[in-house]
Parts: sequence; C-alpha cells; structure tokens
Amino acid sequence: MLSACTPLTRREIAARLARDIPEGWYVNLGIGAPLQVADYVPAEREVIFQSENGVLGMGPAPEPDKINRWLINAGKQYVTLRSGGSYMHHADSFALIRGGHLDLCVLGAFQVAENGDIANWTTAENDAAPAVGGAMDLAAGARQLWVLMEQQTKTGESRLVRRCSYPLTAIGCVKRVYTNLAVLDVTDQGFAVREMVQGLTLEALQQVTDAPLHMMKK
Amino acid sequence: MIDKIVHTMAEAMAGIRDGSVVLIGGFGSIGQPNALIAGLIEQGAKDLTVVANNSGVGHVGMAALLETGRVRKIVCSFPRTADPVVFEALWRAGRIELEIVPQGTMAERIRAAGAGIPAFYTATAVGTKLAEGKEEREINGRKYLLEESLPGDVALVEAWEADRWGNLTYRSSARNFNPVMATAAKLTIVQTQHIVELGALDPEKIATPGIYVHRVLHVPYGDPMVT
Repeated sequence: MLSACTPLTRREIAARLARDIPEGWYVNLGIGAPLQVADYVPAEREVIFQSENGVLGMGPAPEPDKINRWLINAGKQYVTLRSGGSYMHHADSFALIRGGHLDLCVLGAFQVAENGDIANWTTAENDAAPAVGGAMDLAAGARQLWVLMEQQTKTGESRLVRRCSYPLTAIGCVKRVYTNLAVLDVTDQGFAVREMVQGLTLEALQQVTDAPLHMMKK
Repeated sequence: MIDKIVHTMAEAMAGIRDGSVVLIGGFGSIGQPNALIAGLIEQGAKDLTVVANNSGVGHVGMAALLETGRVRKIVCSFPRTADPVVFEALWRAGRIELEIVPQGTMAERIRAAGAGIPAFYTATAVGTKLAEGKEEREINGRKYLLEESLPGDVALVEAWEADRWGNLTYRSSARNFNPVMATAAKLTIVQTQHIVELGALDPEKIATPGIYVHRVLHVPYGDPMVT
C-alpha cells in the first residue's frame, strides 16, 4: 500500500540523487527540478557542474548584491562561477557534451521506458510551440543519463512505461531513475529496483507502475 | 589602415538584403545584440530567416523583430522564454515557419558552416521526430544522423571589447553563440560595449580573431537587466 509510506518531495529526490554523485564527476543538470541537485552536493566534494550555455564550473546562485548580469545558467537564472571555472562558446560546450566528456547528465522526463528511451520534450501536440533545447544532445552525449521525476503524473498515470507514448528525446539512453518512491536501474531485463522509500513494498510499487519491475540482485 | 569600426547604425546595416539568413547571437537576452536587432528593424529588410536559440521576450529585441512580420522563418532550439507572446501569436496564426533544431546540433551546424564542413554525423535526435527526413547511418555500431551546415548571409554579434581589426572578447556567459556565428556569415556585424586601441587586447584572450568580422559598432549600454 502506498499509504504505508511517505513519498519523497522533489527536493528530497534531488538530495537522494546528489548522494550518488562522486567527487570528480563532470555533471550537467537539466533545467527545472534537476538543477536542485547542485544544492545537495557539499562544496568540499568537488563535482563540476556544466551549463550548456558555455559555463563549466558553475556555482550556486549569487548573493542579491553580487549578481553578474552576464552570467546565467541554461534555465536563464543568475549563477556564479567557482574558482577554476571557465567559459566557452556554444559549439565547444556541445562538443564536450556530444564527445562523451560529461560523466553524467540529469534530466526531468514525462516518461522513461524499460529500454531506456526518454520522452521529455514538448512538441506542437501540446498547446504551445515545440521546444527541445539541449535535451537531445545531452541525452545522447553524456556517458550516463539519470532521470529525476515522480513515479506517476498528477493524474496518476505511470511515468515508467514499457514504451514511451510521448515523443522521444533519445533512445536507450537512461541508466537510472530517481523518483519520489524508488531508485531504479534500466537493465537488459527492464527496470530493476535498487531501493524504495521506507514502508513501500515491490508489490505496492508495481501497482502504480506500468512497466514490469524486479528487485535488483544484490 | 584597416578600420572595421563604423560610426552609425545605417553604416552597420548597409546592404542587408530581403531574403537574408540572419544569425543572431545570444542565449535568452544575454549576449543578444539588441541594438543591432533594432537597427535591422529600422533598415527594413524583409522575408528574413532568423537563426537564434530563442524567440524573444516580451516585445523587445528578437520579439520586436518578429513583430514587424518581416521574419518568414525562425530556426531555433527553444522558442520559449518567460514571455514569448509575440512568437506564440505568430506561430499559432501560421504566420511564421519554425524549424526546431537540438541546441548542440544548431551550434555545430553553424560551426561547420564557418569551418567549411558541409555536413556531419551526430547521434543527437536519432530515433526521434527530429530525425524525420534525415539520412541515418550506422558507424562503428552506433546510429547517427546527417546534419547539414547552417551558413548565414549576415551574423549579428554582441561582444564585450573590440579593436579596429575586429578582434573580439566576450563577457562571461554572453559568449554563447556569438563567436560561432561570427565565423559563419558572409557579413558579420558586431556591437560592442568597449572599443580599445589595436594591441590593447591580450592576444591570449581574443575569442574571435578579426578575420571573421566585417563591421564593429560601439554600443555601450551597461548591463542587461533581463535574462
């Protein structure tokens, strides 16, 4: 029963994910919820964040009186540059992405399929004009792609699916999913549950998940 | 004596023709050459194709250009901003053509144009809607799409410092598409916050060598106040 457990908040999912990022990794955080991951990586653990608009070594938001109005992240928020950080132009920024130099990219998603497909961009079928940004480049280019999202939509549909019904961002790229209920790996046998929130059973998790789940072998 | 510095907007915009492909630098409003965009509106060229990452905020800059109705097509990765009212209205009314390109593919298509590379293969967008109509090829076991270069007739660029040879530096993340676009157009026009004497720029810090630049206009305006 889901009622027997307390799902994580978005911030708690971000904090959980942040625990798994080792020192020394180069990481791109997608706009929206994934950006919060940076708040949970302690400064003494040197993880280098890239923003695809040409910032490597991005630091936290500036104090209100110390804003550099020429320095924003991909979400168009003011950020800082850490000591050792650098700037580059857009073609170089995406060359490092496309070239497989990022250890990790974290994106949000509408759906992730058991074969690692991800759907996270908005096309003209929605109300507004389509917009893809850098998600396709990041998903295809980073060495690993982790997804941070809720297990279900607000209306209770599973976001972990056998095959994505939404337009794909990339095929077969997702390695791991962090949700409000569980951490799951994408394996050749589909979704393997690494861990669940306290009080949750595999059966209860399966009840709210379309794709078949199995426990990861220890 | 080489002197690429022009003193009026009319000189900066001279000769831009109807039907031009115009590359416009910037990511959001940062590094977006708003004065040159205003100059292009004033100059009056129409039937334009604009290549830019975003489609403008409110009614200023890019949005003001779109609002004139002189942009036939926009090539863009993310035609959304905090307030994309102008673009959305045109797009819903079917009055502007939109080509959505993944951001990195867009940057590389422009870079390739400047580097004399007509097309390249990338794994980005394989298996997605944006792969439709594109050649797919398997190389060493992975699938790639063929993407063609994206040259401009005109590039509008914002720099931080410039000298009379057109050597440029940029400020923080305002670099973004600007140095890439500067290489990829027949006519590269720069607005710059600062003009310095030839020799004053540290050669180690010049991000765009003047060979790519045709005209430089001094536009000191301080800091951008929106992102």
